[in-house]
Amino acid sequence: MKVNELIEKTGWKNISTEASLDKEIMGVYVGDLLSWVMGKGEQGQAWITVQSHLNVIAVAVLLEFSCVIIADGVIVPEDVLQKAIEENLAIVLADCSPFECTRKLIEFGY
Amino acid sequence: MQVINQQFIVERDDYANAGKVSSQVKQTLNQIGIPGELLRRVAVACYEAEINMIIHAWGGTIQCTLEDNGELTLTFKDPGPGIPNIDKALTPGWSTASEKARQLGFGAGMGLFNIKRVSDHFDIQTSPQGTTLTIGFLVTS
Repeated sequence: MKVNELIEKTGWKNISTEASLDKEIMGVYVGDLLSWVMGKGEQGQAWITVQSHLNVIAVAVLLEFSCVIIADGVIVPEDVLQKAIEENLAIVLADCSPFECTRKLIEFGY
Repeated sequence: MQVINQQFIVERDDYANAGKVSSQVKQTLNQIGIPGELLRRVAVACYEAEINMIIHAWGGTIQCTLEDNGELTLTFKDPGPGIPNIDKALTPGWSTASEKARQLGFGAGMGLFNIKRVSDHFDIQTSPQGTTLTIGFLVTS
């Protein structure tokens, strides 16, 4: 599934650049400890987290994640959004918990 | 002959720019055609070491060299305060990160462990005067 299909099916909102929505979601990782994610995350995954600071973008870009799903409707600061746009990284805002986000992605076959 | 020889400065507590050097290193290596899997290993190691300099050390320098025989070396030098117990620092889950660092999602205690796991060569020398971490990767064509 591509990031834009995920958005269509869930109603979650892309708050980054439209250009980043064509990436294929190859899997999912859930976590908020950056070093843990850095060590375990894999290319192409969608990353579900409640962290929304600049370092999230750095980790997601270095690992080449397909998108970052910010759960629980956590507010994403403007400088973080600008960085995501600059890096062509999709930031998907979900108004449900990390657990509910995960459940949704499992329903989609992940 | 050195194909690449770059040096970067990392400032203490500069959370806003954490990962910037790692991105630059990754970009440079990507431009010369380093394969994706190796590129990601280098990026993981570089990021973790860069973060350690920001969180735990008083800043420092990062040097990236690539020799024409394929030896890629990243050297991280800081001026202190040193790592009191290397064995503990290499144990997954053990961390001395500050409350501020933890709030930002750092301090999982996975940094040095991750670096050692993804690198082909790992050496760390530490004293109260500073720490030098040298990691190597073999680039094969």
